[in-house]
Amino acid sequence: MRLLTSISVTALLVASSGTSFAADDMASNMTLVSWGGAYQASQTAAYAEPYKKMHPDVTITWDESSNEAVAKLRAMNEANNVTWDLVDVVAADALRLCDEGLAMEIDPDEMLEAAPDGTSAEDDFGDLLVSDCFIPQIVYSTTFGYRTDMVPEGVSAPDDICDVFDVETYPGKRSLEKRPINNMEWALLCDGVAKDDVYDVLATPEGQQQALDKLATIKDDVIWWSAGADTPQLLADGEVFMGSTYNGRLFSAIVEQDQPIAMLWDAQVFDLDGWIIPAGLPEDRLARVKDFLRFATDTQRLADQAKYISYGPARASSAPLVGKHAELGIDMAPHMPTDPKNSKNTFLYNYEFWADYRDDIDAKFQAWLAQ
Amino acid sequence: MNELIVNIKRPNLLTFTMPIVAVLGAMFGFVTGNIFGDPFIGAVGGAVVGAVLALALAKIVSIKRWKKIWGVAVVFAVVAALFGGVGGFLGGFVVGLSMGWFATWVGTGKYRAGVPIYYTPGQVLWHCTFLFICAFVFFFLIAPLIPVVWLSFNAENFFTFTPEMLSFKSAGYSLKHYRDFLGTDEWMVPLKNSLIIAPIATLISVSLGTLAAIGLSQSHVPGRQVMMAILISPMIVPLIISATGMFFFYAPLGNWLQLNLGLNQAFVGYVKVILAHAVLGIPFVIITVTATLVGFDSSLTRAAANMGADPVTTFFRVQMPLILPGVISGGLFAFITSFDEVVVVLFVGSARQQTLPWQMYTGLREQISPTILAAATILVSVSILLLATVELLRRRSERLRGMSPG
Amino acid sequence: MSDTTQELVLAADGRPLKQSLRRALLRQKLRALMLIAPLLIFVVVTFIVPIFSMLFRSVENEIVPDTLPGVTQALADWDSSTGELPNDDVFRHLYIDMFKASEAKTHTRLGSRLNYEMTGLSSLFRTTGRGLDDIGEEWQDPLEDIDPNFKDGAFWYEMMSGTDGEDLLEERRDLFATMVGESMDGDVGFIPSMQIAEMLPWTTRAYTDFAIWTAIDDEDVVAEEDPWESVYGALGMDLTNPDSVAAIQSYSGFGADALKAAVANVDQLPQTTFRAEFGKENEDWLSPEVWSTIQLYSSRMTPGYFLNAVDMQLTPDGIAEKPENQQIYKQLFMRTLVMALIITASCVVLGYPVAWLLANLPMRTASLLMILVLLPFWTSLLVRTSAWKVLLQQQGVINEILVWLGFVNDADRLILMNNATGTIIAMTHILLPFMILPLYSVMKTIQPSYLRAAKSLGATNWTAFWRVYFPQSVPGIGAGSILVFILAIGYYITPEIVGGTSGVFISNRIAYHISSSLNWGLAAALGSILLVVVLGLYWCYDRIVGIDNVKLGG
Repeated sequence: MRLLTSISVTALLVASSGTSFAADDMASNMTLVSWGGAYQASQTAAYAEPYKKMHPDVTITWDESSNEAVAKLRAMNEANNVTWDLVDVVAADALRLCDEGLAMEIDPDEMLEAAPDGTSAEDDFGDLLVSDCFIPQIVYSTTFGYRTDMVPEGVSAPDDICDVFDVETYPGKRSLEKRPINNMEWALLCDGVAKDDVYDVLATPEGQQQALDKLATIKDDVIWWSAGADTPQLLADGEVFMGSTYNGRLFSAIVEQDQPIAMLWDAQVFDLDGWIIPAGLPEDRLARVKDFLRFATDTQRLADQAKYISYGPARASSAPLVGKHAELGIDMAPHMPTDPKNSKNTFLYNYEFWADYRDDIDAKFQAWLAQ
Repeated sequence: MNELIVNIKRPNLLTFTMPIVAVLGAMFGFVTGNIFGDPFIGAVGGAVVGAVLALALAKIVSIKRWKKIWGVAVVFAVVAALFGGVGGFLGGFVVGLSMGWFATWVGTGKYRAGVPIYYTPGQVLWHCTFLFICAFVFFFLIAPLIPVVWLSFNAENFFTFTPEMLSFKSAGYSLKHYRDFLGTDEWMVPLKNSLIIAPIATLISVSLGTLAAIGLSQSHVPGRQVMMAILISPMIVPLIISATGMFFFYAPLGNWLQLNLGLNQAFVGYVKVILAHAVLGIPFVIITVTATLVGFDSSLTRAAANMGADPVTTFFRVQMPLILPGVISGGLFAFITSFDEVVVVLFVGSARQQTLPWQMYTGLREQISPTILAAATILVSVSILLLATVELLRRRSERLRGMSPG
Repeated sequence: MSDTTQELVLAADGRPLKQSLRRALLRQKLRALMLIAPLLIFVVVTFIVPIFSMLFRSVENEIVPDTLPGVTQALADWDSSTGELPNDDVFRHLYIDMFKASEAKTHTRLGSRLNYEMTGLSSLFRTTGRGLDDIGEEWQDPLEDIDPNFKDGAFWYEMMSGTDGEDLLEERRDLFATMVGESMDGDVGFIPSMQIAEMLPWTTRAYTDFAIWTAIDDEDVVAEEDPWESVYGALGMDLTNPDSVAAIQSYSGFGADALKAAVANVDQLPQTTFRAEFGKENEDWLSPEVWSTIQLYSSRMTPGYFLNAVDMQLTPDGIAEKPENQQIYKQLFMRTLVMALIITASCVVLGYPVAWLLANLPMRTASLLMILVLLPFWTSLLVRTSAWKVLLQQQGVINEILVWLGFVNDADRLILMNNATGTIIAMTHILLPFMILPLYSVMKTIQPSYLRAAKSLGATNWTAFWRVYFPQSVPGIGAGSILVFILAIGYYITPEIVGGTSGVFISNRIAYHISSSLNWGLAAALGSILLVVVLGLYWCYDRIVGIDNVKLGG
């Protein structure tokens, strides 16, 4: 009797600790959705591979569909056929998915590991938990890179965001993302709107028109990109003089691929990227995902990821652990968007604003683009 | 027409060959001169070189024609290399090759080979121009494949010709993209998936399509037009519409199969993609097979039936062999449709049924890497080998059957 | 002789020949149909039906009446032309409907839907969705001050429960189920009291919604949960109704004291309307245009998407053109057609000589050259498109060579890509085999002796070609053209990669609406129009040439 009691108590303890479900209850296959490229490679190296080593019977399938995550999740949800288990999305998409009930709400303290010093997960992530459904992994920034060998003679290298709009001094094509986010803010900043007023102005139809008018001044010189790999390729080809993209992509082109490109950190826009769990997963798959997620977002794993790509870890406790590049052995800190030298002038992305106004402004922007 | 060519007469060297080759020389000279900023001097020089070349080649009779051409090419290449380095060498080689070929082609009168002897010079000129137009179109068809093959050996991870590549330094080249393609699951799994999905989808569309085409080709079929339109529709509906439509059909179907028949998820995933691709391949099978059946003599089946063959025997022993070419070419189209299809599979499939085009598509979007080009090069090589084998087999069987090829 | 014609001709089995023949014909027809049937059923079930159900989205508009059932009903009587706002009843329904929708998180989808018709509505719905609790608390706080029992979930449950309310429960359950698009079946553990429902209609609706959601979706016990803020708001609505007040005065069931206290202290409750409350959340609610948009799109079917697809819009005064700067689709349709025509024409021009050459060369050479035609065809579309990107861009192979040769100045390189030129070049290349193959197979059947005969009768080469050969090759041109044209219209990946903004097709817009803007209704409308155009072409083609004459190689 005593034995039985002690067994059941142990079982209860084990079950309540949440980390170790019986293996039978967890699905043995997991589909992770991410962005492909160097970013996905860093995720594979930092957490997917170590996790597979711990659980050799688990197979992980990657789907590089984060770009269309919202559309696909909506379709899957409508057809009641969610094949994804964990989806990597930017914060704005996470907010949107959460608003529409397509992502599961999570309790960080219950589902995520605490920091090594005992700080709760909720405090460790801090302000970065911008949505109830979102577990941030990294802080990245969208910024400009330019070809160093294409800077016109007698002119100093561009160091101001408004140089993007100055085609007289810096002739050549620019590549901008084929969506309003970030472009509209930059346009307003360079049209004399104060940094703190940007979103107030952008909330009005007149402000939206003002931003589009500013963009129209360089419309003929813009190549619009829609995939993360485009700008580095265009820069490598010398097809554009400067272009916006994620800082990690530029890091990879500059440091790993040795291209004549430099960063223009001015007015870089900070953003978050992280996981969401699709709503309505069956029990066994959910159990597996939770198990993986707890592992993949702990302090060490997030710090490990920064060895492969120059994105800042989302946990405060991971920051001191960021070290050197895994292959090149260079210090990663100076390449991080958060480095003081790079973040002299940063722009804070307003998730709430874009979650609310995305449909409105996107419709206008696309109509403007098509004309 | 070949029999019409009796003893080609060599054209007059002074009044015909030399001026014409000189004109080509002038053209090349113009271009070369343009590089150095003085096209007209280049043109004059080129004309002289052309005329001299024509004369020299005509006077040397002891050497075989192809040896002359290669000789000219090498000489040109070496001379040009002195001025323009590697680029010059390549350019000189191409120019030399074309000049040498052109000079002997004109000089020996070979240019009249394809035309009847009674053709006027104007007609011959038209004929030759026509051939050049065709050559241009073939070049247009093939040219884009050249950078594909070339860039697949790039040592860098971009679709860009690096200076090292252009100066043919070994540092600019590597096989790493081939290693990436052959050595990683990332590419081998999609390849395997494509090789599972495409043949089965083809089999379904060919078997059902052929039967239906036979049915359609019989006289007195009611509502033939409508049925034909329905069967062709997968080709007509824009793919993106088909893809979303099929997604909403196959998702519940897949759920149903999993819940009620207890099939596993991966298997159901394959079934969905295969069925979707089979539908897309059907119009091609229908079109080719009905076209072959238009020329099919139906008295043959009647004769077979008359001699006691049952319908199945008739089909396999009489009808099938005769319409086989149509069936095969329809099958090839259906296969390619599935093997190269990306829009529908992105919607209907899940990540575990990632096909090769899917992988290429995400590769192009998310990490532009020449691995895609390595994959394409390997596939192109395989298809060249396949096409060549088929052609050789065809010739062999013709020889065995005592038919002279062509 | 005359005898035999009058007598019935008998077949071998003794039946009349006519009957026997008819029977044979019928059997033949049946056999043909049996051969076609499997494929026909396969295609209809797995393709035609899904496509039509997809295209049906272009007129379907259930989301508005499903998400806002009360509002759409109450709005039906409102006359938008007066320029006045709808009465407070509409706003009350809006509050009840919106609260329910925001719990189920469907109000954001409705906002996205209505945003297609009037930009700004998406943010209106999203921001308001977050403020609904605050509106309810305006009533909740004073009510709880008046009688602390109102704080208690069990008290509410006891008060609202009763008998005879099954119909009401089922009605609210159905409304909920149609809104979320899922079955809400299951035991709610709550039956509204009919007596209360007649006395407090708004409160009962709100509480029943709360009970259904709590029991079915959250899987909690209704009695243990505190009601939604909307229930307090609804009670506030009821307390302004003299009938309800009168009924409360004579009511003696459970909770009568609390309700009577509320009536007695009604002056402590906010003296405001729901219209004013919504206006406080977002002043756009006080704009009649917003309401006329909701009213216009409150039917279950809508022509809105189709009108959008041809740059028109539905206004209270009827159908009108969109503002100039929002018109894009007519232009895009025209561009698609024109560019597809140019591509088809260039394919004919380039394909015809090659097909002629292939058809007239000896077999051995022709099949070698055929490999050159098939080779690009076998290469992945994506690879060929990216190859064209490498060739055409400003630092690309073609420009590099031209600059090296000195024909083009380094500063003004040709712009061959990210415009219509790029799309036309790349698409022509990609579709050329689809032109050459049918042309070749038709030309293969043209006897060369016809040409020789014409010439021996004195025709010049040109006349012989134009009057004798060309007419016979027209079916090939037709087949190739229809194939190329249809495929060109439907492609979107190649234009997306090399077309920039001025070289894209209508299919790119469809793809954009499906995967980015999520406006599937508009995508379906655009797709339907495109499909009708293609079917029209197909029909013409079938009339003129006959679809049997399409041949693909072989």
